[in-house]
Amino acid sequence: MTKDITLDYVSVQFGDYVAVDGAHLTIQGGEFFSFLGPSGCGKTTLLRCISGFQEPTAGQIRIGGKDMRGIGPNKRPTALIFQNLALFPLMSVADNIAFPLEVRGVDRKTRRRRADELLELIALSGQGDKRISELSGGQKQRVAIARALAVEPDILLLDEPLSALDLKLRQHMRRELRAIQKQVGLTFIYITHDQGEALTMSDRVAVMSRGRIEQVGDARAVYDQPRTAFVASFVGENNALTGRVLGRENGLSTLDLGLPAPVRVATASGPGAKLAPGAECMAFVRPEALRPCAPDAPNAFPATVIREEFEGAQRHLVLETPGPGPAAGPAAGPAAPRELRMTLVNDDRDAAFGPGAAISVGFAPDMACALPPGELASA
Amino acid sequence: MTKGPALLLPVLYLALFFAYLFGPLAIMAITAFNSAGFPRVSPWECLTFGWFGKLAQDTRLLEGIGNSLIIGVGVVLIAVPIGLAAALTLSQVGPRLRASLYTVFIAPILVPGVVIGLSTLIFWDRLGAMIGADYDTLFYDGIFLTIAGQVTFIAAYSMLVFLSRISRFDPTLTEAALDMGATPTQAFVKVLLPFMAPAIASAAVLAFLASMENYNTTVFTVVAESTFTTVLASKVRYGLDPSISAVAVIIVAFTLIAATVFEMGKRRQTRAASGLLALDRPVLRLIAHPLFVAGLMAALVGGVVWTGANHDSSVCEMQVLDDKRAVQERLEQERRERIEALTPAPSAPSAPTQSAPGGAFAPGSLAPGGSAPSPAPSPAPAPAPSAPGGAFVPGALAPGGAFAPGGLAPSGSVDN
Ligand SMILES: Nc1ncnc2c1ncn2[C@@H]1O[C@H](COP(=O)(O)OP(=O)(O)O)[C@@H](O)[C@H]1O
Ligand SMILES: [Mg+2]
Repeated sequence: MTKDITLDYVSVQFGDYVAVDGAHLTIQGGEFFSFLGPSGCGKTTLLRCISGFQEPTAGQIRIGGKDMRGIGPNKRPTALIFQNLALFPLMSVADNIAFPLEVRGVDRKTRRRRADELLELIALSGQGDKRISELSGGQKQRVAIARALAVEPDILLLDEPLSALDLKLRQHMRRELRAIQKQVGLTFIYITHDQGEALTMSDRVAVMSRGRIEQVGDARAVYDQPRTAFVASFVGENNALTGRVLGRENGLSTLDLGLPAPVRVATASGPGAKLAPGAECMAFVRPEALRPCAPDAPNAFPATVIREEFEGAQRHLVLETPGPGPAAGPAAGPAAPRELRMTLVNDDRDAAFGPGAAISVGFAPDMACALPPGELASA
Repeated sequence: MTKGPALLLPVLYLALFFAYLFGPLAIMAITAFNSAGFPRVSPWECLTFGWFGKLAQDTRLLEGIGNSLIIGVGVVLIAVPIGLAAALTLSQVGPRLRASLYTVFIAPILVPGVVIGLSTLIFWDRLGAMIGADYDTLFYDGIFLTIAGQVTFIAAYSMLVFLSRISRFDPTLTEAALDMGATPTQAFVKVLLPFMAPAIASAAVLAFLASMENYNTTVFTVVAESTFTTVLASKVRYGLDPSISAVAVIIVAFTLIAATVFEMGKRRQTRAASGLLALDRPVLRLIAHPLFVAGLMAALVGGVVWTGANHDSSVCEMQVLDDKRAVQERLEQERRERIEALTPAPSAPSAPTQSAPGGAFAPGSLAPGGSAPSPAPSPAPAPAPSAPGGAFVPGALAPGGAFAPGGLAPSGSVDN
C-alpha cells in the first residue's frame, strides 16, 4: 500500500528551456509532501512527470522501486487532481466519482455503492445526482478528491487545488485535506505557491526555484534553517542585509552589514558555517526576531520608524536604517537608506512609539542566519 | 408632433427590409395556390391545390428527390467523420503545422464548385479507365460520384463547425480521464464525443442541407442520374409552372416547423439547465414542450393537406376557361369585323399588328385550360420520348418538349 517515490536526478527540457533541473529526492509512502515554489518554477511539470503525462528528458522516476519510464498515466498507481479540477461537466456528481470504476468495467450497482461511500467521506451524501455546475467551489474541490480516491491510487497528486478558492474556504479546506489524508493513509504530493499552505499541511516541503530543488525538510527546518538565500526570502517574511564576514569563533560569525557596529550571527551548522572570513554574505533577520532594545545591547543598531501597519494581534513597523539594501552593488553607497520590517505583538508596552521615532533595535544571534549571497525571491 | 416622423422612419425601414427579405418568398408561396399556368399572383384565377397534386405525380422530380436524399445521407455519413477527424488533428498539432494543414483542409471550400465537379468526374473516369472498369461500375455511377464530389468541400464545412466547438474543449478533461485509468479510446468516447455531440448534430444538418441544395458540383457529377436541384434547374429552363412554387412552399413550411421545434427544444434545455422550468404550471410546461409543438404543427399541416385534397377548384377553373374563351371569341369577332371594314383600304400590315397582342396572350391564357378538356390549339407536341441516353438530355424530358411556349408546356400533364 505504501510505496516510496524516488526522483533520481529528474530533468525536463522544453527546447532550450530547462523546466526541471536535476530533481533528486525520495518521498516516503504515507507522507504529505509539498512542492513549494513561485509560479513558473516547474512544479506542475514535475508533477506531470510523476503522473505520467510528461517523460523526463533525463533521470528516472521510481514508484515502489519500479521504473516508471514508458508507463502511461492510466497504468500508474497515481491519481492527479488538476489545477482546474477537470471535472466532467456533462456527467452528474456521482458519475464523475464513479468514472474510474466505469472505465475499469465495474458494474453499475457496485459503482453506485462506491460513489455513495465516497460522497459520504467528502460530506456530500445525497448530492450524487446534482450537476457539477450546481456545486460550489469547495464542493467541486471535494468531488475532485473523491473521484481521485475512487481510482484507489497509492499516491494522490494535487496541483494547487485550493488556488481558486477564497481565503476562508482555503483555510477550511487545508484542514479538511489533511484530515482526509490521515483517514485514507495515502501518500499526498501537494503543489502550491502558497507557503502558508505548504507549511501548515505538510510533513515535508521541497522548496523549488527555477526548476531546481533548493531545500527539502519539514516546515520548521525550512523556516528556521534556510539553506539558500532564496529559501530564506521565499518562505515567510525576512529582512535581507548584505555584507561581509569579518571573523568566526564558537559558532558565531561577526559580520559587517554596513551598520554602525558589526553584528554577530549564529553559524553553528549549515551553509553559513562554510563562510570564510572576508567572504561576501547575506544575513537574514525575521521581522519577529527584531526587537526594540537598549542602544548598548549586543547586536543593537539605530533605526527610524517610517510607517506602522496595524493588524490587530500584531503590528508591523517599517524601519529605515543606513547601509546597503538587499540588492547591494557598488552603485548603492554605504549610506543609502534601506527598509527593514519589525513585527511586534500588540501588547508590547515598551514599544509605544509611532512614525518618526528614532529607536534602537537588535536581535539575538541565534534568531538570524548568514548565508552565501544568492538570488532572492521577488516580492 | 416631432415624434411622429422620428418613429416613422425606422418603421418604414423595417417594413422595406422585411419586404426585401420575405417578399419574393411570399409571392412565390401565393403563386402555388393560383390555378394560372404560369407562377403569378395576378390575375388571380382560382384557389387550387392542384399544383401539389401534380408535384406528387411528377416522377422525375420524385426520383430526383429520392436521389438527393440518398446522396445527402451518404454525404453526412462520410463528411461528418472526416470533418471531425480533421478538426481533431488540427487541435493536436503544433501551431506551424496547424496553419498549413488548415489551409489544405479549407482549400476545397475556396475552389469553385464547378471545378470540383469536373475534376471529380475526370478523376474517377481516368481511374476507372485505368483499371478497365465497365460503365456500370462505381466509377461512372452518378450517385457515387456526386457523394465523392460533395464530400470534398462539405467535409471542410463540418470541420469548421467542429473547430469552433473543439476550441472550447478543455484538454485537461481528456488527461483527467486517462489519469483515472481510461484508455485513449474510452477517453474519446466518454469525454470528448459527448462534448462534441451538439456540434456533430449541427454539422450533420449543415452537411445534409449543403448536399441537398448543391447544384454547381452536382450538375457535373450526376452524369445520367438526376437530383432535386438538377430536376428543378431543367424545369426552370424548359417550362416553368407553379408546381415549383409548391415545392418551395413545402420546403419553407418544413424549415419553419423544424426551426420552431428545435428552438422550443433549445429553450427548454437552457431553462432546465438554469432550473427555471415552470414546474408549478403544468399547462404551460406542456404547451412549451417541443413534442407538443411538433404535434401541433403536424396537425396543422395535416389539416391543410386534408383541406387541399378535398378542395375542388374545377368549377371555378371551368368558369375561368369559359370567360377566356368568350374573350377570345370576342376578339376574334372584332378582328374579323375590322378586316371586313378595312377591306377597301388594303393595309395588310396593320391587321396583324393589331391582332398581335390578342394572339400573343391567347396561348398563355389558354394554358391552364389544360385541366379541362384541351382546346383545339394545344395538341401537345409529340409526347417526349424517353431521353435518348445522353448525359445532359434531362431537359428534353420536360413535358411538352423543349420548344413548347412556356405557358403551354405543363398543359399536357395537368390533366387529372
Ligand atoms: N509543454 C510545454 N512546452 C514548453 N514550455 C513549457 C511546457 N510546459 C511548461 N513549460 C514551461 O515550463 C515552466 C514551468 O512550468 P510549470 O511547471 O507549469 O510551472 P509551475 O507549475 O511551477 O507554475 C514555465 O516557464 C512554462 O512556460
Ligand atoms: Mg502549475
